[in-house]
Amino acid sequence: MAVKKMGLKQKYAHLTRGLDWETSYQKMDDVFPYDQFEGIKITDWSKWEDPFRLTMDAYWKFQAEKERKLYAVIDAFAQNNGQLNVSDARYINVLKLFLTGVSPLEYQAHRGFAFTGRHMRGVGPRIAAQMQSLDELRHFQTQAHTISHYNKFFDGIAEFQHMHDRVWYLSVPKSFFDDARAAGPFEFMIAIGFAFEYVLTNLLFVPFMSGAAYNGDMSTVTFGFSAQSDESRHMTLGIEVIKFLLEQHPDNLPIVQKWVDKWFWRGFKVLGLVAMMMDYMLPKKVMSWKEAWEIYFTEAGGSLFTDLERYGLKVPKYADVATEMAEHISHQNWAVFYQYTHAAAFHTWTPDKEHLDWLSEKYPNTFDKYYRPRWEMWAKMDEEGKRFYNMALPQLCQTCQIPMAYTEPGDPTQIAFRCTEWNGEMYHFCSDGCKDIFDDEPEKYAQSWLPVHQIFQGNCGGPTVPDVLNWYRLNVGADNMDYVGSPDEQVWNSWKGKAPAEAAE
Amino acid sequence: MAQIASITLYQNDEARPVMEAILQDNPTARVLNMPGAVKIDVDDELVINRATVEEKLGSEWDPQQIHMVLISMAGNLDEDDDRITLSWKH
Ligand SMILES: [Fe+2]
Ligand SMILES: [Fe+2]
Repeated sequence: MAVKKMGLKQKYAHLTRGLDWETSYQKMDDVFPYDQFEGIKITDWSKWEDPFRLTMDAYWKFQAEKERKLYAVIDAFAQNNGQLNVSDARYINVLKLFLTGVSPLEYQAHRGFAFTGRHMRGVGPRIAAQMQSLDELRHFQTQAHTISHYNKFFDGIAEFQHMHDRVWYLSVPKSFFDDARAAGPFEFMIAIGFAFEYVLTNLLFVPFMSGAAYNGDMSTVTFGFSAQSDESRHMTLGIEVIKFLLEQHPDNLPIVQKWVDKWFWRGFKVLGLVAMMMDYMLPKKVMSWKEAWEIYFTEAGGSLFTDLERYGLKVPKYADVATEMAEHISHQNWAVFYQYTHAAAFHTWTPDKEHLDWLSEKYPNTFDKYYRPRWEMWAKMDEEGKRFYNMALPQLCQTCQIPMAYTEPGDPTQIAFRCTEWNGEMYHFCSDGCKDIFDDEPEKYAQSWLPVHQIFQGNCGGPTVPDVLNWYRLNVGADNMDYVGSPDEQVWNSWKGKAPAEAAE
Repeated sequence: MAQIASITLYQNDEARPVMEAILQDNPTARVLNMPGAVKIDVDDELVINRATVEEKLGSEWDPQQIHMVLISMAGNLDEDDDRITLSWKH
């Protein structure tokens, strides 16, 4: 008689129920020492449901197939000199920012989920977290492998991991993940699993990878969507974790709400870098940041938070402020990098006429009124040989570590500025959201490694800008400054048979 | 306002039968084409039936093969041997 094949649900049940055991040589509380102190109450771990029900054999099969496909594309890209076919060499700066700012976060996610996968008492979430940990390692490796091809031709790529740990603006994404990994396992799951993977990750990957496709970067679109196919599994983990915590005990709601509020705001701030990539750095544009925000936060987040209302969970605090800010954030961020181009490991430029018109069309409420005149003025100053550089070190927000360049909700002509006195010291913030986060855990954020403070304290290679750039391993004159006049531009023009004068027109 | 159940797939040959099956089985589906990706939105619930995909593909299809062409999704997921559902209904 033929043995009946097990169904998916049955197979998954065998993997996640009964494979675990109650320890007897050691107390369970000693084996799992971190799952109590955050105040989260779990009464029944067996209620955990992983909707994808992926078993280990299927996991390895699918992951191996994804890898084979990806590396075939990467090989073909290298063999065919795919770098020649991108829309413009300005595009490469998106990859530089991605590799220095985002890829190391994949590695942090790998470590964070390995930790969480070890320290959750339930076997269902442990398995899901361990799969995610492996996925994240794969993301880091495939991104480094893919972008290494561009490192043969362009500047600003070689020292990405070193830069991630030192360069001023890279402390923004780095500290975001340090913050999550320095929290307990449940907060980490809400921070990264739910707030980042479920609520915000679409905003990072979908428009950006679609942008890579549109700008002729076949290798990046392939690693991006390959990673994103894992991301869908991570999203189901994120939504499962929040439902599970809220169903387990009513006392969990206020704790989870506080984390959702905090990590939404932290994530929104980090994504400002992506906003800038989409609106300013992609030579051929897919959609504006504001459009992406409407699709992936207002619409998708709206459906999600309506669903979570039945548990009493509310839309994150300051979501309205973030939505208003979607009209401003990319313009304000690119302006910061333009002013500090001498200290950035990628190139900047002023938008040309066609690009300005696109921005005017996409941002009818704000661009012509607040931002276009500034770009036109800076372009004119540049033409007159007076290119504007900001030589003062900026004040940073104690929480998100971004220079204090953002404006007040409701008044884009006024810089937002908040402060708190704690333990005899004054701390500064860019927003109410960042101040609330500090005020809730001042002993944590008072320890932040703020790049500007560290420079002034003498911990970053020396007192002058060249000393600090050297400490960053930033190759001055190649990695930094405007695209026009850069070695990247020279290489690109030589490939395209353009004379420098023609290119500068 | 309706809650939107959504799936984003690769814009390629492997994903096309899945996309066609979704459009056939979810009459209110709306399609957003992006370079490299396609996003399909349905009010409240989106269903992918194994049988429909197999009919489009002309061969066997395991719903878990969705992992090979999946980019993103929205809705509570339920998956068994015959269908994948993304839903906001309870
Ligand atoms: Fe990842
Ligand atoms: Fe801040």
